[in-house]
Amino acid sequence: MAKGKVTFDIETCKGCELCIEACPQLSLALSSKINAQGYHYAVLIKDNCTGCVNCALVCPDAVITVYRQKKKSKTPVARITNVTQNITVTIDDERK
Amino acid sequence: MSPEITQDLTAEEQEQLECVYAKPETLTETRFHYCPGCGHSVVHRVLMEVVEELDIQDKTIGIAPVGCSVFAYHYMNIDMQGAAHGRASAVATAVKRLLPDRYVFAYQGDGDLAAIGTAETIHTCNRGENIMIVFINNAIYGMTGGQMAPTTLLGMKTSTSPTGRTVETAGFPIMITNMIAMLPGVAYVTRQSVETPNAVRQLKKAFTKGFQYQKEHKGTCFIEVVSNCPSGWKMTPLQANKWLVENMFPVYPPGDIKVPA
Amino acid sequence: MGDTRLMKGNEALAEAAIRAGCQGYFGYPITPQSEILEYLADEGRKRGMIVLQAESEVASINMVYGGAGAGARVMTSSSSPGISLMQEGISYIACAELPCLIVNVNRGGPGLGTIQPSQGDYFQSVKGGGHGDYRLIVLAPSSVQEMADFVYDAFDLADKYRTPVLILADGALGQMMEKVEFREYIPADHVPPKPWATTGKLKERARNFVTSLHMQPEQMEEVNKHLQAKYRTIAEHEVRYELVAADDAEYMIVAYGLAARVSHRAVQLARAEGIRVGLLRPITLWPYPSAVLQSIASRLQGVLVVEMNAGQMVEDVRLAVEGRAPVHFYGRMGGVIPGPDEVVRALRAIVHNEVAQAAEAH
Repeated sequence: MAKGKVTFDIETCKGCELCIEACPQLSLALSSKINAQGYHYAVLIKDNCTGCVNCALVCPDAVITVYRQKKKSKTPVARITNVTQNITVTIDDERK
Repeated sequence: MSPEITQDLTAEEQEQLECVYAKPETLTETRFHYCPGCGHSVVHRVLMEVVEELDIQDKTIGIAPVGCSVFAYHYMNIDMQGAAHGRASAVATAVKRLLPDRYVFAYQGDGDLAAIGTAETIHTCNRGENIMIVFINNAIYGMTGGQMAPTTLLGMKTSTSPTGRTVETAGFPIMITNMIAMLPGVAYVTRQSVETPNAVRQLKKAFTKGFQYQKEHKGTCFIEVVSNCPSGWKMTPLQANKWLVENMFPVYPPGDIKVPA
Repeated sequence: MGDTRLMKGNEALAEAAIRAGCQGYFGYPITPQSEILEYLADEGRKRGMIVLQAESEVASINMVYGGAGAGARVMTSSSSPGISLMQEGISYIACAELPCLIVNVNRGGPGLGTIQPSQGDYFQSVKGGGHGDYRLIVLAPSSVQEMADFVYDAFDLADKYRTPVLILADGALGQMMEKVEFREYIPADHVPPKPWATTGKLKERARNFVTSLHMQPEQMEEVNKHLQAKYRTIAEHEVRYELVAADDAEYMIVAYGLAARVSHRAVQLARAEGIRVGLLRPITLWPYPSAVLQSIASRLQGVLVVEMNAGQMVEDVRLAVEGRAPVHFYGRMGGVIPGPDEVVRALRAIVHNEVAQAAEAH
């Protein structure tokens, strides 16, 4: 799975291509389809997005939402959630 | 062309990915009316991101100009006033004087700020009004259809300088930002841009400083954004940004011009 | 209990503004009204007012826009050329429905003109002045006392109707010294809440924005309809005038402001000669007291309009009288104040059927 993903508000996109130019992974392109405004909108075409946010930074229409792999949590490894009776311990698997 | 990847997050993605960037809550749902690739809406968004991050939505009052950004109040989800052409800094002055604990900014284009509103701009800055002025310099009158602006470059063709601006008929592009920096009441003067992700990051820092200095009563903060006008320049957005770097930056170089002591 | 003082009209107006809780004054020096700015720069600031000498009248009126938009009680003052410069801003303020006070201490024009008193700005004050279909409530004082009193009324009317109010004085009223008594005014009892003001968007409400721009023509027409409905309400409820010796009058002088003071004396002199003349003094120049004039016109032998201009209000008098009685005009221009004797002469000429155009005869 890719480290990141971007989604577009495709109906709001005006197809200016600035995001495509800004993407260091060359992951973006204009769709062959058009939206209701008549623009070819930007889409993700490769599975190599890192969630670097560059595309969203230069987007003039704020149409891009960026997702990135969750940071490995540093603490806690274990968390005590109930101390009155039975003690439940949750171990963060990813930490290993 | 590679196939489009579905917009929907898979179950696995939902589990493993987190949202790291989304349109700020301080922007309204209204779609920007700006032309494709226009720098205005990038600046709007960055400004509102800073308002959101500083958590000052309830204390920020913006003044919109006349020009392409005349409808700024439709997009920025804060209290705003629309000023008469050139007078945004006078309007901002009064708002700030009467509500001194609020954050007040004027958002103006080159025609608004450096032609019709020159007197208000200079005197607002000279009084050291504790506001932030955001100056969008794209060297053209966008809204009225691409006429020459006070900051239009020499040789640059516009609808009122059809063979290119000449010194003989129109004088030199006005270096209003540098003029403003000379005034002792002005605390912070910087020239930024939005043509690359890094430039946007720098602009965001500049806005953050602008609000911070306002909080500290440092004086006027003046942030120029060298921006584009793909429609007025008759270029694609990508061409416009390239042209901006090659032609605007030599005359209007980005960087801090004045920082508080 | 009032507080009685001997003051210049400009100073009395400024003092009243402080007492009315005016929070912000923005102005630019121009004779013959600079005492307003000077008084407030000293006394106003001492008593907590924001007083700013702006770089121009253009900046001043836009500061008034900003301050009023932020919910504050604000004002500006100027004299004729300066008021001309403000017209764009006044039009914006009227459309954005911002309450504020504008004071014009009228001087002789056109052009740079003179610094002497005049009523040459009547048209500008009551017929719009700036662009578009809007009205100002226009109050015309004729004494130093009224220079003070009308400030209270002006701010209250401005807030009540969310509209700019103009006090139209002149250089003589601004400069003359008279006794003035300040009645008590408690702003808190008068200033209504302003939920529309841009004071910072709270979580619990939608954003406020102050604007006069409505791109869709249908929407702009709605804004206009709303304004016109408001103006009709104002016209219905806020007409103010003074009638002097009107009951048995065969002739009526119509005059406002300083010209009304002169005419008041002329009425006394003419009555001593046996001419049964009265005086109608419009106090609101807009809305105009047309109805009262209309109601008495048919029993009059003639109407004499006295103005310190070339004949401006006379048009509104003719519109109200609608031919029920002959309407004559006597005016002085360029900063000249007519004397009561001149007015009596003009009246005598009418009474004796000696051609009416007294102004031309002069």
